[in-house]
Amino acid sequence: MAKAKFDVPAFRPYPVIPVIKSDAMKGNGPYVAKPQMQESLGYPGELIDNWQEVAIDKMGELLKKYRSLRVYLDSCVKCGACTDKCHYMIGTQDPKNMPVARQDLLRQVYRRYYTLAGKWFPKLVGAKDLTKDVLDDWYNYYHQCSQCRRCSVFCPYGIDTADISMAAREILDSVGKGQKYCNEIIAKVYKIGNNLGLPEPALRDTLEGLEEDIKLDTGVDVRLPVDEKGVEVLVITPSADFFAEPHIDGLIGYAKVFHQAGISWTLSSYASEAANFGMFIGSYENMRRVALRIREAALDLKVKRIVFGECGHAWRVAYSFLNTLAGPFDFLDQRYPIPQHICEVTNDLIKKGALKLDKSANDYRRVTFHDSCNVARASRMGNTPGGQFIIPRQIIKATCNHFYDMPEDTIHDATFCCGGGGGVLTDDLIELRVKGALPRMEALKYVVDNYGVTHMAAICAICKSQFTKVLPYYGFQMDQIISVHQLVSDAIILS
Amino acid sequence: MYIMGFWTTFYAIAFYLATLFLVIGLAYRIFQYAKTPAPLKVPTMSAPLTLWGVVIRILSEVVLFKSLFRSNKWIWLFGMLFHGALWIVLLRHLRYFIEPVWTWVVLLQPFGKYGSFIMLFGLLGLLVRRMFVERIRYISVPSDYLMLILLLVIGGSGTMMSFVSSTDIVQFKAFMLGVMYFDWQPIPTDKMLLLHLASVILLMIIFPFSKLLHAPGIFFSPSRNQIDNSREKRHVAPWAIEKFETQGS
Repeated sequence: MAKAKFDVPAFRPYPVIPVIKSDAMKGNGPYVAKPQMQESLGYPGELIDNWQEVAIDKMGELLKKYRSLRVYLDSCVKCGACTDKCHYMIGTQDPKNMPVARQDLLRQVYRRYYTLAGKWFPKLVGAKDLTKDVLDDWYNYYHQCSQCRRCSVFCPYGIDTADISMAAREILDSVGKGQKYCNEIIAKVYKIGNNLGLPEPALRDTLEGLEEDIKLDTGVDVRLPVDEKGVEVLVITPSADFFAEPHIDGLIGYAKVFHQAGISWTLSSYASEAANFGMFIGSYENMRRVALRIREAALDLKVKRIVFGECGHAWRVAYSFLNTLAGPFDFLDQRYPIPQHICEVTNDLIKKGALKLDKSANDYRRVTFHDSCNVARASRMGNTPGGQFIIPRQIIKATCNHFYDMPEDTIHDATFCCGGGGGVLTDDLIELRVKGALPRMEALKYVVDNYGVTHMAAICAICKSQFTKVLPYYGFQMDQIISVHQLVSDAIILS
Repeated sequence: MYIMGFWTTFYAIAFYLATLFLVIGLAYRIFQYAKTPAPLKVPTMSAPLTLWGVVIRILSEVVLFKSLFRSNKWIWLFGMLFHGALWIVLLRHLRYFIEPVWTWVVLLQPFGKYGSFIMLFGLLGLLVRRMFVERIRYISVPSDYLMLILLLVIGGSGTMMSFVSSTDIVQFKAFMLGVMYFDWQPIPTDKMLLLHLASVILLMIIFPFSKLLHAPGIFFSPSRNQIDNSREKRHVAPWAIEKFETQGS
């Protein structure tokens, strides 16, 4: 539940290890999904009577389906390496936000019902019965994880709390206790085609308006086509790109890039959403159903390539899972990566000299780059490992003269999540979101103070929305967050 | 003679049982890990693009604790001292199981003997952290402490035998070889030796039922052992094919 008031954490003068404050974030968790939403995703409408039995069985089923779950639940030695790595732990100091403690909420039940040691000596090995209290803790604390994978980078066994929280949410859904925000959005995708529930006529209207804006601004006819058959590229982008700031400036950037490169492209009104919230709730079935829309749109529109816009978790599902869920894509042009990220496209075009850029157009900005967690730790761009860090920075450096990275332990694969990923970008979790942003805000403060940085660029719809909301809590301006393709858009010389 | 006969029988049988538990238990776990599919590509990026790259990644984790090093230098240091010294001490112990003793095992002898101090130091470091670092104390349950204490007992009793109250090591080797070749010989009944062996046997038995599964686990961790090639090569689990892709399509 949203708390009316909470303290915004203070910047720490130097990075101290957080002191723990037990139960600092104990609560009822985010709003629970309504019955009809639950049912449209294939789950019980509300908490079923025999939830305990069903939850334990579901856990057993997942243990057989996912090696990750079994290995991760068995392997943890409680070394403590992860205990100071989670941005929610740092921001809230609630010990259950330590990655290992978050995993233990599930692990204690796994041990009780699925291991000999836990069946015979529960106290000795910290095994616990699945009581209502435990279930409530699951609901509360597995919705305080943004599935950013930072802990898995630092774990000696690579234990990924994101995987564990996905499994926990799948179990919660299967007993009828789903989260309103995620499940409503997935239901909207099924019904209307995108997360925001933006219907086709509204989408067309918006895009036409944007075309007019660009014309007014630049004097050039740059198109934002929708449902055009037989074009080269289908662009799948988060629906926030259609109307939210600063996302929309990124979308204009993509349009200008395609225009300038002479690549024909289209959006799809059927698959007008890149994000796949099926991943957040750990549901293979729902993730697959959402992903298949993209395959169908590509087939229907007879395109040759699929390109994804700036969206972190979407890019994870696209890069890592799309081939698995909706492949094989043998009907597309095999000379290009399937799917491709818009940054890969733009960077290739810049390298080929296909785009004319005037860096000085961005001279009033001093820019830093926020590595979005799911791009950084769950995907790649380009042909070499780490391309996901290099390519966006190359684009920024090609479009503006002043670029400064944040401290090393807060970027690349050690990047801090914005605090809003993985299905927590909802107002009923605003306290969590503000507190979880602390480490990123500290890193931003560092480059603001030391290099006079004015803007932070990002390539994720969630990051952009989250920062727009939380920057003011830390004394920054909400418009200091920008899209990477906004820099491209401002620097590009159209003809 | 009667007492000696009892202990000999007891320890010989205990060794057989513990070996069975360890080998069958571990084999079962490894089989279970191996047969459970990883339906999605989830390597923690940046990940290697080739199988060789993955081999190097896993080895750097197993041998150098690379991720732990990035994570926490103290845990890395104590963990490294403990595991490194444990390997040397274990290899030194080969001399009790083979005849004649291989040259390299002979050469290892002084390192193995003094290595036990390093091992104990590492274990104590880990135990002190577990007791006094608030965050680690929070996540610890009784078995986490007992595991360290058990290892300290093993290391402590072994070190005592090496440096303070030595046992009849020739007779012990005869016992061990007798157990291995089913030709039982009497076991020396020094308390320190019996304690040492009992705790080792206990460790062997609990290995497949405890967090010691991190040893095989790391090789099966999908975030570490997967190749980053999801765009190039389609990766689908058998259960997903069965569920979604076999309706005559």
